[in-house]
Amino acid sequence: MVDQLFPKVGMAMAAVLERLGYQVDFPEDQTCCGQPAFNSGYRGEARTVARHFLDTFESSESIVVPSGSCTAMIVHHFAELFHKEPETLARVHSLEKRVWEFSTFLTESAGVEDVGARLEDVVTFHDGCHALRELAIQKAPRRLLAHVRGLELREMAPAEECCGFGGTFAVKFGELSGAMAQTKIEAILRTGARTVVSLDPSCLMQIQGALSRAGSPVRTLHLAEVLASR
Amino acid sequence: MSRDNILHRVRTGIGRSAGQAPADPPPVRIRIPEVDLEARIGSMIARVEALAGKALRDADPRAYVAAAIEGKTAVASNAPYLEECGITSLPGVRSGITDSVELREACASADIGITSADYALADTGTLVMLSTPHEARLVSLLPPAHIAVVPRGRILTSLDELFSILPDPGAVASSMVLITGPSRTADIEQILVRGVHGPGQITVLIV
Amino acid sequence: MSVEFTQKIHDTLADPALQLAIYTATGRLVEKRKESIAPDALPDYQELRSQANAIKKHSIENLDYYLEEFQRNLEARGGKVVYCKDSTEVSDFVLSLARERGARLIVKSKSMTTEEVDLNERLEHHGLESVETDLGEYILQLAHERPYHIVAPALHKTRYDVARIFTERLHVPDENVPEKQTAIARAVLREKFLSAEIGISGANFLVADSGAVVLVENEGNARLTTSAPKVHISIAGIEKVIPRAQDLATFLKLLARSATGQLLSVYTSFLSGPKRAGEIDGPEEFWVVLLDNGRTKLLPDRSKRQSLYCIRCGACLNTCPVYRKIGGHSFPWVYSGPIGAIITPQFMGVMHEPALPFASSLCGACGEVCPVKIDIPKVLLELRSDVKKAETREKLNRLEKLAFRAFAWLMTHPRVYELAGRMAAAMAPSDDGRWIRSVPLAMNLPPVRAWLSCRDLPPPPAKSFREMWRRR
Repeated sequence: MVDQLFPKVGMAMAAVLERLGYQVDFPEDQTCCGQPAFNSGYRGEARTVARHFLDTFESSESIVVPSGSCTAMIVHHFAELFHKEPETLARVHSLEKRVWEFSTFLTESAGVEDVGARLEDVVTFHDGCHALRELAIQKAPRRLLAHVRGLELREMAPAEECCGFGGTFAVKFGELSGAMAQTKIEAILRTGARTVVSLDPSCLMQIQGALSRAGSPVRTLHLAEVLASR
Repeated sequence: MSRDNILHRVRTGIGRSAGQAPADPPPVRIRIPEVDLEARIGSMIARVEALAGKALRDADPRAYVAAAIEGKTAVASNAPYLEECGITSLPGVRSGITDSVELREACASADIGITSADYALADTGTLVMLSTPHEARLVSLLPPAHIAVVPRGRILTSLDELFSILPDPGAVASSMVLITGPSRTADIEQILVRGVHGPGQITVLIV
Repeated sequence: MSVEFTQKIHDTLADPALQLAIYTATGRLVEKRKESIAPDALPDYQELRSQANAIKKHSIENLDYYLEEFQRNLEARGGKVVYCKDSTEVSDFVLSLARERGARLIVKSKSMTTEEVDLNERLEHHGLESVETDLGEYILQLAHERPYHIVAPALHKTRYDVARIFTERLHVPDENVPEKQTAIARAVLREKFLSAEIGISGANFLVADSGAVVLVENEGNARLTTSAPKVHISIAGIEKVIPRAQDLATFLKLLARSATGQLLSVYTSFLSGPKRAGEIDGPEEFWVVLLDNGRTKLLPDRSKRQSLYCIRCGACLNTCPVYRKIGGHSFPWVYSGPIGAIITPQFMGVMHEPALPFASSLCGACGEVCPVKIDIPKVLLELRSDVKKAETREKLNRLEKLAFRAFAWLMTHPRVYELAGRMAAAMAPSDDGRWIRSVPLAMNLPPVRAWLSCRDLPPPPAKSFREMWRRR
């Protein structure tokens, strides 16, 4: 998704990592973690894609992912997919240790909270459900945002409600997904923020799609884009 | 009949055979905090009041009841404790009923039902009532107001303590009811209404 | 997905008054629950959840043992146990007992299990009067409707709806003040309680070591149902059994808080058999119906059987962003919300409503609030896989299967994937970076249409990430 629709997110993440002194590599064979197939009930097809992922990243030291949902798929559900294949399962367990969601990588692996970013803006943060509930990520992105010079963060109320994307749910139950997006953007607009930040491109696509349809000038940015700003 | 059939399906589903001993259950989890009597009484009163009930300590139960039933009809259970307090001998209090039809009629027409309580739970403001020949069920249920007289020593800290004292309530009574506040509902537009089927007014006299 | 399911969802979404009612009612319950389980209110909350899960797991894994223990202990105290395999056996039992006792009027306290077996309909068909006594259920019975929510059955009704229902069915003057409406119901139902020959309840828990039925309520109608009539029948799913009375110290702390944010419900009754010698009131006969009705079908699946741990608190409904939009009546069976979504396919077969496990964004809020830690999202994902396997077997939805086969192929052929991405970007309209409101006909496939019905699409970027990366 980042590759095809939101390349700036990938570039921003690479920029932040390089600024911190990391050597960033992009294995060209990568495509997808297989989540769409898994969530749609097609476990066989998901396994095929997951195997390709395992092969692609076999020798990568640390794999940083600009998405909570993809990270959760890899670290929680790959094991489920291969529970009957002990050899592949062993590779999965090795992979799990090397995969990081972006904000967690910064705060826990790199041990930084201030990446020297500057962005004059009033933002609100949307906790994507996979990041929040499957990966228990809530403080890391906020700690990082707190160090962005010129940035004001306003929390939504209610917080922690699903934006309604849910993968194929968004199109299988289009009207319902749209209604959930409406509730989310109403909460966003109530904060008065000009920008919505999230760790998940899929949430951002859903939220921006609804904001744009509503004619709102509020924009969305991935956390990486905020942190890359100078 | 269906019993054998269903049990067979259960066993097949979980992979057990008839007469097989069960696995060890998780150990019972009972945590009884150390709370002194004064604190327990204080908590009981605060909790009952938070539920819009009334709670009084060290009141003279006879005097309180006499004032409360002024101009009203009342029925009392046959708890010996109520007799000791002198409540059952108050004019205007029907008591000593042993016939079920008479009891039902008395409870259905009384404004106030007066009972003792076997225990109380301080952390939730709960009355614990066991049904016995002396404490009938309907006295605390049919009249729109309920007054319970609770000896202070019966105030326990919590459910945990209750189930520690009574690990099998069925051994002592056919019914044990935990009463936490007045009857209520929020079924219509989530608006709180008290006194639906049970009493809308609860008074706890701690003696 | 069935036309019915789509239609019901649409109708609920299109009703602003209903949307507001559902959202505010569930919102209130969500807030109250949060307050009651906050760290300063219930520091042991997570521990209690783990304990509750462990007890339920153990009970289900040794279910036959505990059912037998329950029966032994209840019978020792003068109670009687009957096993029923389905709705017909339940109604047959109640009807024959009613006939033997010359009973004409039955009072009922709230029980989802009795909804499950359509008990009232069956009894009324045979000329018995069976009256719901929980206020919300009573209103719905008069309106001939199913409950909207496990704990708040009339959540979708306004006071004006209630006024209309009472005037039409009870022939009372128009009254729309809730306190007064409650008083009307109290008076009508009081008469029923005191003249009914049989009282039917459900059971929140069946306690094996005491042979007891535990009932949790706020109104007092369950107490009256089980104290006034001469005969009490409790109808309970076999999964309700727990090993020990002392386990209630765990469950009762979780149930009311999870349901409504109360520390304890107003009345918790622990009933071990009929009245004993010397007792003035109480039932003379105490029957427990142990119901299968498909529960045994869930047992063989070691992962999905956790669906049977449910203590019917309704927390998953209140917190579910999907339930809060589509409400209880959109669901195909009596159980709604996330728990309904996982047990319905298991009881009725996945093809009963194959879209049901997919009607979720998998946000995980339900699993997070479940007091007995049912991993609802995990079961939903397993059911989705079951649906696709069934569809493959029955040669349904072949286009979708083909699409995902193509997806898997594409994602394992990176060069083709890249090419496909470039082609799609070239086809899509890009209007100076603005988000897209419509697409050319060739691209207007159903998923794209569904998205565009209420959201804009992102414009394809000039270069994909890998192109930008290569050019650095």
